[in-house]
Amino acid sequence: MKEFFKSGDLFIWMTGLGLGVSLVMITGILYLIIINGSDYFWPQNIVKVETNDGRAYIGQKMTTEKIPLANLDDSLQSKGLKRIQFKVGNRELYGFDFLWLDESEIKKIDNNPRNALCFERLEFGNFFGYLQNIYRDSTPITKNQADALKILPNYLDIASDLRSEIKKIEKDEIGSINYKIEELRTKIKKVEYENKHIKEHKIIEEKSKPFYVEIDSYQKGYTKLQEKIDSLNKTAKAYSIKLTTASGDTTNIPLINIFHYYSPNEMGFFGKLGFAFTKIYEFIFDEPRESNTEGGVFPAIFGTIMLVLLMSIAVVPFGVLAALYLREYAKQGFLVRTVRIAVNNLAGVPSIVFGIFGLGFFIYSVGGTIDKLFYPELLPTPTWGTGGILWASLTLALLTVPVVIVATEEALATIPRGIREASLALGATKWQTMKKIILPAAAPGILTGLILAMARAAGEVAPLMITGVVKLAPSLPLDWNLPLIHLDRKFMHLGFHIYDVGFQSPNIEAALPMVYMTTLLLIAIVILLNITAMKIRTNLRKKYKTSVF
Amino acid sequence: MPEIENNISVQIEYQSENPQKKSESDKTKIIVNNLNFYYGEQIALKNISMNILSNQVTALIGPSGCGKSTFLRLLNRMNDLIDNIKIEGELKIDGINIYDRTVNPVNLRKKIGMIFQKSNPFPKTIFENVAYGLRVNGMVTSKTQLEEKVEYSLKQAALWDEVKDRLKESALSLSGGQQQRLCIARALAIEPDIILMDEPASALDPISTAKIEELILELKQNYTIVIVTHNMQQAARVSDWTAFFYIGELIEFNKTRTIFTNPIKKQTEDYVTGRFG
Repeated sequence: MKEFFKSGDLFIWMTGLGLGVSLVMITGILYLIIINGSDYFWPQNIVKVETNDGRAYIGQKMTTEKIPLANLDDSLQSKGLKRIQFKVGNRELYGFDFLWLDESEIKKIDNNPRNALCFERLEFGNFFGYLQNIYRDSTPITKNQADALKILPNYLDIASDLRSEIKKIEKDEIGSINYKIEELRTKIKKVEYENKHIKEHKIIEEKSKPFYVEIDSYQKGYTKLQEKIDSLNKTAKAYSIKLTTASGDTTNIPLINIFHYYSPNEMGFFGKLGFAFTKIYEFIFDEPRESNTEGGVFPAIFGTIMLVLLMSIAVVPFGVLAALYLREYAKQGFLVRTVRIAVNNLAGVPSIVFGIFGLGFFIYSVGGTIDKLFYPELLPTPTWGTGGILWASLTLALLTVPVVIVATEEALATIPRGIREASLALGATKWQTMKKIILPAAAPGILTGLILAMARAAGEVAPLMITGVVKLAPSLPLDWNLPLIHLDRKFMHLGFHIYDVGFQSPNIEAALPMVYMTTLLLIAIVILLNITAMKIRTNLRKKYKTSVF
Repeated sequence: MPEIENNISVQIEYQSENPQKKSESDKTKIIVNNLNFYYGEQIALKNISMNILSNQVTALIGPSGCGKSTFLRLLNRMNDLIDNIKIEGELKIDGINIYDRTVNPVNLRKKIGMIFQKSNPFPKTIFENVAYGLRVNGMVTSKTQLEEKVEYSLKQAALWDEVKDRLKESALSLSGGQQQRLCIARALAIEPDIILMDEPASALDPISTAKIEELILELKQNYTIVIVTHNMQQAARVSDWTAFFYIGELIEFNKTRTIFTNPIKKQTEDYVTGRFG
């Protein structure tokens, strides 16, 4: 037995165990997320359920669970009883999306109700029911249900074209007009502010007149576009469909409000797979709808990536310069040691503390000063003195700069002294040695620091909540309006999106799969960013291998 | 200083031995006068005085920690990189005290090439290794000139034939001996007057060592060489002059043959015959 302990086999087993537990935990997390999230994309079959008291619903069976025995009558104690959750949609009629039914309440479940459809709508969530007729200005244009089912896809295509045209006008053209009008209003305010000591209004009016003229011309363009939208809307709204629920209630929905409809019961496996892929595409590339519980998360993906990239641009130069000074130029002694310890400890400070610092320093002090100096005419409305993607990324840069400093210092320490001496012996100055020999050789190590920094930054939510993240941003921080990058804009972020959808949403049950999918997406983006950085690092390593022999 | 006297006498002897040699080549290149060197409070070199001649190979021998490497690194001010050092005395190269305030160590090092114990090529291509010194010193104006000089330096270091087809490969793909010759080529490229070698062959196999030694004998024609070595045979083979260091002191400095056959000091005799060390 003593021999056994001496041999260290036990220790080897324990190392294996440690690794095994970590692997199980990681795969467990991924499995949980993927299984729970896939509900969001995979179309469940539609069933029709009738209750003993005469109600009827069409919907998707979600989960089944056992009712705790303590809650049951004595007669049922031995058998046990289950309850089933259905997603029945039709929120505007029922007031709920999800319905729990005890087995004892259910009279009958029809697993394949004929012609039952699921409609995805612009508002009120999904509709489950039967298509009756297609209407144009309240006159039916189809003879019967079968006819309506046949031509519905064509009409939906037209409606979707109209919808995207309207959206394009609203988003791009009206958006850029609004942006320009806003700019002109700012200019007028500036004129008024600069001449506020002048008593005569005439002069101010004179000076700001050209801006008003320009605004008027834009206003005209705006009116024209609005008219166009109105006419498109009118055309689109003219078409509607009549739907009936399982219990026979009817409702009319304008066609333009329908995204798509499907009957999962008739799809088959590959049909469902294809449908799931279109849903995934929509999830990644569309904008959120219905207070973030439906649609996609594109603005959040965009915000996350842009935030991390801006953070990287800010953190690498600062971190590398600081590390170079600490390692190469500063005289090693008590002061440098203290600074180094302080930097290392900075990495352990809770992120919300950095958030508060960002709020106090970047937003109120720096941003407030910028506003006072360059945008006094707009005050008290802040321009830079409020949360924005620049301040958030700088806050994150501050949060991650210790990681970069430590990694860079380690990389510098591993560069053999012989190489530095060789360079100096050849008559190179210290700066030339640094630039041409040491920094290239340390680049892989610096990138390792950046990878760690990015992974940490992409996952942070707390400091962002007070430095500029919002649940729904009206526009991306990057668009075609000059100067293209709008660093003062608020932005959306996947991490905050998870929190918002999961905990602030009015319809948590509907949003839960989306929470899991957003989590998966966040992990995927972190991995993607890391893989990119690792690829660069591998290339650099190949180029600047420092090991000799 | 009996050493100095020896020196002069040997110098005369040397001249008489080689009457065909021009007196120019016997010029004193480096003059060291009462040099003391301290690491912090600790003295590392005590009262060193010696003259190193142009176009000669001077070997520095002695047991580990005797200060011979420290002395070598004083010649191109490499010790400046270390904190807390103190230098007293005179160290003149071509008549200029190199530890004078007005001397810029960067300019000084351009005239002095250095080969290290462990070959230390840059993690760049073979070509870039040799081109580096030329580039940082702004010694070339065109690409063709750069290529010519790189080729010339590699030929001088007897490495050209082995690497001419793989100049774009990493220098680290070369063998240990080739790497060391690349470092020599790199040092030669900037056209120094003096080459310092710090145990250049200590990590190499006998064949590579022989090549390096051959090279040293060839380079002697154009350069003043100072070499630190642990290998007595090597010192005997390649050097014209040998200095024996012991615990920070220069015990004896003389013609190599004299040091190895008829040393004046007992300590020198004990060391070269292997009785201690």
